[in-house]
Amino acid sequence: MKPTPLPSTATPLDEHYSLRVNGRDMPVQDAWVGESLLYVLRERLGLPGAKGACEQGECGSCTVIMDGAAVCSCLVLAASATNSDIVTVEGLGPNGSLTDVQQAFLDAGGVQCGFCTPGFIVAVHHLLEENLQPTDLEIKEALSGNICRCTGYGRILEAVRTVADSRSQGA
Amino acid sequence: MNSVLSDRAMRPGTLGTNASRPDGTAKVQGGFAFSSDMWADNMLWGATLRSPHPFARIVSIDVSPAWSIPGVETIITAEDVPGKPTYGLIVQDQPVFAAVGDLVRYAGEPIAAVAADHPETCKRALAAIKVEYEVFEPVTDPEVCIAGDAPQIHPDGNIFRHQRIVCGDTEIVGDVQVEGTYDVGMQDQAFLGLEAALAVPDPGAEGVELYIATQWLHEDRKQIAQCLALPEDKVRLVLGGVGGAFGAREDISLQVHTCLLALRTGRPVRIAYGREESFYGHVHRHPAKIWMRHHADRSGKIVKIESRMVFDGGAYCSTSPAVLINGITHTQGPYKCDNAVVDGWAVRTNNPPCGAMRGFGVVQACFAHESQMEKLAMALDMSPVDVRLLNAMETGDKLITGQVMDSVAPVARCIRETAEIPLPPPLDPHADVLSIPGGSGLTAEPSNIRRGIGWGVSIKNLMYSEGFDDYSTARCRMEDGVVTLKFATSEVGQGFTMLAQQIARTILGVDEVLLDTIDTQVGSAGSTSASRQTWMSGGAVDAACRAVLSELLDHAASTLSIDRSSLSIEGTEIVDSSTALRYSVSDIARGISLDRTEEYHHPATEDLDENGQGNCHVAFAFVAHRAVVDVDPDLGLVKVVQIATAQDIGRALNPLSVQGQIEGGIAQGLGLAVMEEIVVVDGKVRNPSFTDYLLPTFLDAPDVDMRLIEEWEPKSPLGAKGVGEPPCISVTPAIANAIRNAVGKELPRVPIRPYDICL
Repeated sequence: MKPTPLPSTATPLDEHYSLRVNGRDMPVQDAWVGESLLYVLRERLGLPGAKGACEQGECGSCTVIMDGAAVCSCLVLAASATNSDIVTVEGLGPNGSLTDVQQAFLDAGGVQCGFCTPGFIVAVHHLLEENLQPTDLEIKEALSGNICRCTGYGRILEAVRTVADSRSQGA
Repeated sequence: MNSVLSDRAMRPGTLGTNASRPDGTAKVQGGFAFSSDMWADNMLWGATLRSPHPFARIVSIDVSPAWSIPGVETIITAEDVPGKPTYGLIVQDQPVFAAVGDLVRYAGEPIAAVAADHPETCKRALAAIKVEYEVFEPVTDPEVCIAGDAPQIHPDGNIFRHQRIVCGDTEIVGDVQVEGTYDVGMQDQAFLGLEAALAVPDPGAEGVELYIATQWLHEDRKQIAQCLALPEDKVRLVLGGVGGAFGAREDISLQVHTCLLALRTGRPVRIAYGREESFYGHVHRHPAKIWMRHHADRSGKIVKIESRMVFDGGAYCSTSPAVLINGITHTQGPYKCDNAVVDGWAVRTNNPPCGAMRGFGVVQACFAHESQMEKLAMALDMSPVDVRLLNAMETGDKLITGQVMDSVAPVARCIRETAEIPLPPPLDPHADVLSIPGGSGLTAEPSNIRRGIGWGVSIKNLMYSEGFDDYSTARCRMEDGVVTLKFATSEVGQGFTMLAQQIARTILGVDEVLLDTIDTQVGSAGSTSASRQTWMSGGAVDAACRAVLSELLDHAASTLSIDRSSLSIEGTEIVDSSTALRYSVSDIARGISLDRTEEYHHPATEDLDENGQGNCHVAFAFVAHRAVVDVDPDLGLVKVVQIATAQDIGRALNPLSVQGQIEGGIAQGLGLAVMEEIVVVDGKVRNPSFTDYLLPTFLDAPDVDMRLIEEWEPKSPLGAKGVGEPPCISVTPAIANAIRNAVGKELPRVPIRPYDICL
């Protein structure tokens, strides 16, 4: 419960670097080097879509795409991500429009409180890029790192099935 | 997972349709502002220092080392609380901060708070504060408190409430008796959106505005204002986006601390708990020990129930007295019973404080009575379905409190329709490992897996009880044909904002309905709990819209010179039945402004007398669950394969939302059955993280096959019953009974752990 005191008692806010997020180079100034990617996205870059709910990579609420991989941004040091391409939920739909995954979550009833939703949306986009026609078990396995406390996952499963079906029919 | 949705030829967005959530687009795009997303210029971060000891006296607090850390703006302790030093929902027994010379009563009790320029600075400041404790042996056994053998933990004493129910012939004895002692572990609500708030002080610190994720804005405001020594109108609460609640946001957590830091510094302050702190910051589901003995005649009819229930309330009162009453008044479950003796205790210990969680005392009682029904079926050599059908409660039955069941009570129908749902196919010997117990751990052998089937049926009261007038308020404005609704109802994810729009569209014949900010600038809505908002705030919105409609029809009658009594609304038109002429609502409403605020009150209820007799509840809802599980008996691993359920919902106002509530509730009940428990050892939480507190994942979630029992409830303003709590109640014993059925063990506690099964 009690954090271990660090050698210096002041928090040095003197780091300057740049992150590439949603296709844009975004400067980070006067930061503490210990800040997570999640913190920097939310508190410094005005991208609050990724959520913090466990701070240890268990719940997936903070999922972003980093160099093509779905990662928990709470576990990534922001200052170590300077050479990566990062995509957040805000960067999925062009010009504010809804992606097919976002629309399917709404239509299927996959959204209640919505706190896990951005992480799920990002994870589903990643899943369906890797696997165009996942089985139910593959969907469940791929999303088992994203916790939802409201829906019991049934409507989310329905949403993912719908997108997979429509994408494979359209392909 | 069959869809419960039928094609309903109704106007889109009205009652009975799957209307769209007004917050949906923002939520899927990441732009919805949860309370943890709130931000203000010049904002500071706040953090809370907590006791590591469950029971100790604070000898001294030295905050001076923290003041020397650059970036620290203020540090506050009990001395800095200007008003009432304590808060609480029923009894104000919980200190804002534990003071020097006073006791800390649970591990995690707040002692001080800091505000600083960065969360990391806050952490370092907390680490620099020196607190000296005189540590005592914690009181962790409720029975020691009941026996009167424990040191007094609090000046209010160690018993929150003791209540008996004595009903009918207490001496009668049944030919068949079954009994057991059942334990329910401490479950966490584990909402995803952690506690967070932003407090913005008024100039001159004369008041404060608090953006907060809560279940009841007005109750929070009352308690906060008392602690701050401010008049209520100087404390304005605005609902920040709420990332789930499930009972954990009924009590004050960081509200007072955040406001105090903001008022002290004159700057906006945000506090945002991490997951570990969240486990200390909110109340949990009461652990309970319940003894029950059922007497039945040889036909299987229940003759008498005896029970003793002990709820461990932890260090502070919270809602323990009400949770206890819910538990004991639901002893009989959804079954007829004329004779009962129940002895209930809610007790103070040095364990973490417990209070509201979805199901509110009924979860514990239901685990006991449904475990008993399984034993009764076996003792009578009856099927679990037949023994429940034989005893199923009906409208008009007298409860063990003497209250007459006057809700629609389709208990037998819930059981029958659940029984008609097809069972899943038997386990495929070549099934993917992900679908068998243990999953990708590759530990269970399909040939070793046993399948079990179990039942659970429950009754749940709706709304607050025992004389409490938990009314709700709503305002409806129609200006130039545009409708705006205002209410203080906490939208926690359940979809009330969507329902409110559906009500207005249906009653007023408009398609576009705007929603005003949810805050304390309108009357109270009561709490988003007790499955009550569809009924209560739905009733208030309904009343406000009907009041506006009445004025609109008055206006139509006078401007069109038509007899008022011949006017009614159909779809988006006002119809004159005398001429069959139709006028669009938007035309009639042009240029006029109507504005009505209405309250909805449920019928009054009563306190229980010393024998537990009284009309203490407003209404009830029912549900049946059948669980199918696969168990590896050697490894103690369980996979819940399917939950079949039929739920008494009155009327599906939004079928997709009902489905979501039912599936979500089932997942939470599954969690309590097989994995979720806050492990407390010597008063300390041993697993305050999502690594160690296990929640159902996508792979743990069963297939859910549901039937919605729609028998309109005449007492309900919209014909609907609350649907939030019932799904999580009897699913837990249904799963436990299925595991018992698979392995042949009594398994008298939940969660059922692997070693309970295999050792």
